[in-house]
Amino acid sequence: MARMVTTRHKVISTVAAWLVGFLIFFPILWMVLASFKTELEAFAIPPSFLFFHWTTENYVTVQERSDYLHHALNSIIIAGGSTLIAMLIAIPAAWSMAFSPTKRTKDVLLWMLSTKMMPPVGVLVPIYLIYRNLGLLDTRTGLVFILCLGNLPIVIWMLFTYFKEIPKDILEAARMDGATIGRELIYVLTPMAVPGLASTLLLNLILAWNEAFWTLNLSTLEAAPLTVFIASYSSPEGLFWAKLSAASTLAIAPILVLGWFSQRQLVRGLTFGAVK
Amino acid sequence: MKNVLCAVAGAAALLISAPSLAQTTLTVATVNNGDMIRMQGLTSEFTAKNPDITVKWVTLEENVLRQRVTTDIATKGGQFDVLTIGTYEVPIWAKKNWLVPLDKLGADYDVGDLLPKIKDAVSVDGKLYAAPFYGESSMVMYRTDLFDKAGLKMPDSPTWDFVIDAAKKLTDKSGGVYGICLRGKAGWGENMAFLTAMANSFGARWFDEKWEPQFNSPEWKKTLSTYVDLMKQAGPPGASSNGFNENLALFNAGKCAMWIDATVAASFVTNPKDSKVADKVGFALAPNTGLGKNANWLWAWNLAIPAGSKKVEAAEKFIAWATSKDYSKLVAAKEGWANVPPGTRTSLYQNPEYQKAAPFAKMTLASIDAADPNKPTVKPVPYVGVQYAAIPEFQGIGTSVGQQFSAALAGSSTVDAALSAAQSSTEREMKRAGYIK
Repeated sequence: MARMVTTRHKVISTVAAWLVGFLIFFPILWMVLASFKTELEAFAIPPSFLFFHWTTENYVTVQERSDYLHHALNSIIIAGGSTLIAMLIAIPAAWSMAFSPTKRTKDVLLWMLSTKMMPPVGVLVPIYLIYRNLGLLDTRTGLVFILCLGNLPIVIWMLFTYFKEIPKDILEAARMDGATIGRELIYVLTPMAVPGLASTLLLNLILAWNEAFWTLNLSTLEAAPLTVFIASYSSPEGLFWAKLSAASTLAIAPILVLGWFSQRQLVRGLTFGAVK
Repeated sequence: MKNVLCAVAGAAALLISAPSLAQTTLTVATVNNGDMIRMQGLTSEFTAKNPDITVKWVTLEENVLRQRVTTDIATKGGQFDVLTIGTYEVPIWAKKNWLVPLDKLGADYDVGDLLPKIKDAVSVDGKLYAAPFYGESSMVMYRTDLFDKAGLKMPDSPTWDFVIDAAKKLTDKSGGVYGICLRGKAGWGENMAFLTAMANSFGARWFDEKWEPQFNSPEWKKTLSTYVDLMKQAGPPGASSNGFNENLALFNAGKCAMWIDATVAASFVTNPKDSKVADKVGFALAPNTGLGKNANWLWAWNLAIPAGSKKVEAAEKFIAWATSKDYSKLVAAKEGWANVPPGTRTSLYQNPEYQKAAPFAKMTLASIDAADPNKPTVKPVPYVGVQYAAIPEFQGIGTSVGQQFSAALAGSSTVDAALSAAQSSTEREMKRAGYIK
């Protein structure tokens, strides 16, 4: 009897998990479907789910009208560059705060978080002026810099919480055994922090990839990433859902694939704290 | 931090060492509308004639473009050489000296050929500050088959009473056909464009001569209650989230007997590729109440040059090309007369080939002529603009009033509550901006 209940439980929870998963995935699926419809079908009420005239004309139009590769390359450079720099700054910062905190550490952490509390549009004009004077408008360097700054608080906070989970005693034990700082870092700490580092890296990459305020406002042509590519397909007068969906599908494809491949790391990292 | 500094220094070094180009590169910012996309496609025709100029396009969604371009021009960022801006921005920006006056468009440009109302809308003190690329008004688009079936005949210039009566008669909710589709989505360029134009025909105005908001006037009450009642009885469900595109989709699917909206919609609803009712559409002037004003607006997308641009000469050449008579001919030769950007030149409307290809030409011209940005409504007003007031504060005020009116349409607020909220929020903003004490 007891066995039956557990089987039933298993079935129910599996179905529930699939259902929730499908629900979360549905908007993306809908977008992909819409990208294969004609403009009229994409707007039709009631909408058709699978039985419509499948067409790839939207992809052809999008390819003809914009330079996808140029935008994608910019996205890779901007998201990748800002993430790497943010990690390089954040790892030592989080490390020192987690393992040798002072009485000001908490304040510093809160102050960092507070910078995320202001809506970015509030500083648009000053940042724009600074960028204009430094010649950073519409440059990849400028966007790498601003996205790196924007995401730093989150990265530091995430890494800080992961490092906090690592017991100090293990480090002390290593030191007792005569490990140098370098050995301690490489052989003791790094293996324990890898899931945390990986998930922070991935999350930061996704955040930077999707960032649409600064990338839209500080880029024009040369540095314009995929967010600009998507924004060019929305129209105030005329139907655009199908073409917009095609552009969006192309834009999220690389990051989606990356997400799938690194799913295990991501989940492990995100649930790292809870396991303890 | 060192890495970042190195990167910044590197970028600066790159910028300084960038070789100077013999070629002039124009960056044109524009919206993603059909006519603009067509212009983008025809760029090679321009560069073939001007081999020393390269044209690069930045296409953005309307609101993103507005924010982007406004930031750039206000800070003199110099990212764009040619801007696509609306009639709302032109007078405001011209007064701030943000735009280069366009008095050197060439001898064969023929400024006199521009439609007078459109030319007025893009001129300040008689000087042209932007060149109209395409212009529009609003009009009634209706289903001739449904009108015939019901034994109704749409006059060329209908009254609101006729439109309301016809809308009620033509509504067949069980059959999924609604008497009238109107904008309901909140926004200064969405429901407020329609409602302000409608209010003009009822004799209402946004502000009196002393900039006092007028939402407590009986005219506004009549406008909003007529609109809400009409939409409740003869409008589609969920109308408070419908904008131009939603109504276009409804009309094209055969679900609206009438639709009052932008004249550019005429080419979409009569295009058999996109519309199920392409051969059953008639056109009429936007309705009136006999006070001498029709409920139609006036809008144009225009090309302008930001002040401080270092490529004025090349930009002028491009603008003169894109808004010329020859450009119309070029589009006609490549894509047919029906695809020529409408609403800017008198000569286009005198062209028999255009008249033949565009059955809506006559009504579009009549609608544009019927709107007057300098005298938008029955009573005098201190502002310029038909469906907006050309002051910088209007975007914010218009959108917040639009939200109140959209709520009244959705039924989450009443007409009286929406009007009084609109009055107090507008008063507050106008006081803050220093127009009234």
